[in-house]
Amino acid sequence: MPRISVKVDGVTYSDDVEPRTLLVHYLRETLGKVGTVIGCDTSNCGACTVHLDGRSVKSCNVLAVQADGREVTTIEGLATNGRLHPMQQAFHDCHALQCGFCTPGMIMQAVDLVTENPNASEAEIREGMEGNLCRCTGYHNIVKAVQQGASATASAAGGEQS
Amino acid sequence: MIPTAFDYVAPTSLEDALSALAEAGDDAKVLGGGQSLLPVLRLRLNAPEKIVDLSRIDSLRGISDDGDTIVIGAMTTHDEVARSELVREHAAVLAEAASTVADPQIRHRGTLGGALVHADPAGDLGAPVLALDAELVVVGAGGERRIPAGEFFQDLFETAVGEGELLTAIRIPKHTGWGGAYEKFVRVSHQWSIVAVAAVTRDGEAKVALTNMGSTPLRASAVESAIADGASVKDAAAKAAEGTNPPSDLNGDSDYRAHLATVLTRRALARAMGG
Repeated sequence: MPRISVKVDGVTYSDDVEPRTLLVHYLRETLGKVGTVIGCDTSNCGACTVHLDGRSVKSCNVLAVQADGREVTTIEGLATNGRLHPMQQAFHDCHALQCGFCTPGMIMQAVDLVTENPNASEAEIREGMEGNLCRCTGYHNIVKAVQQGASATASAAGGEQS
Repeated sequence: MIPTAFDYVAPTSLEDALSALAEAGDDAKVLGGGQSLLPVLRLRLNAPEKIVDLSRIDSLRGISDDGDTIVIGAMTTHDEVARSELVREHAAVLAEAASTVADPQIRHRGTLGGALVHADPAGDLGAPVLALDAELVVVGAGGERRIPAGEFFQDLFETAVGEGELLTAIRIPKHTGWGGAYEKFVRVSHQWSIVAVAAVTRDGEAKVALTNMGSTPLRASAVESAIADGASVKDAAAKAAEGTNPPSDLNGDSDYRAHLATVLTRRALARAMGG
């Protein structure tokens, strides 16, 4: 079995993996990072979204061997020093979930979206989140949360600079 | 589900990739961005014995300026194509089409070359590549050949890429100053096109190609001739389905697609011409 070395949420892991192991299975079953969930079998739902070298990907659609030498951030790596990431806080504040199953993927995609486009309009947010399905909320509070998360992220970044 | 077991190689040079392919023969599958192949493997619709992953070959990625042509490495992602200043300036319709593929996460992984070789008739990259008269660079043991887009797509999921060969680059003649528009119709966000139309235009000239109006992307030659003969956009677009044999499926029957093609062609031409 090939040996891979991957940095996940800031920690480097080395493991032997079968080539057919999906990244999401490696994260959940080998590393125990069960914050990343599996919602579908078709790469439609986006629940398993993580960042691979800083960009959002569906981790059910990447082989673990493809992540060799690369860096992965999961929902479990967003909070710092016990404080929620502004986007996590925004989802909490805006009640942007009901059952919560889609939430890890939603938040990871939302962070990618606002990093790329800090001033995204409502239409751009809806389009930027099109790869993430929620079967409970009707999306309205998710869009509000992404808007709040965007401004909170921007002001947090501004605060660091000043 | 989990794919069936396979051997995996990730060569770092084109030469090594070609030898890995030659060694494995029929039993190998080439992994580009994996956004179509991995779902197929997970559903066990295909069970290759070997996967040759091209993602570690740096020379297959990137977009460069080659005089009258822009050259896009086969492993360049949809997101990179959509954002590229070179593509936006000289092949705008391709940048627009790439920005409509699936969703952001898929566009971060999926590649132009992978999508073209996969050759799903509902895929969005074939029509713009065809409308722009691109050439596809294919390399095998016998060397390199350049295939015009019009000869590349042969049937459903079938291209001119032969056994043991790899698509390495897409060469697109610059269409600087031409208008371009990609009009796509889907019922559900981030799904495959039911029908889509790529149009590239300048004074009295139009190049138009259709997505999902047959087993391959198709040029709408009747529309192009009508524009060349001075027909109005409305009259030219009415000919969009001429000579096509669109599929019928749960998204719509053949007649519905034929109608959609005329509507979308009218919109694409009007927008490409700045109307």
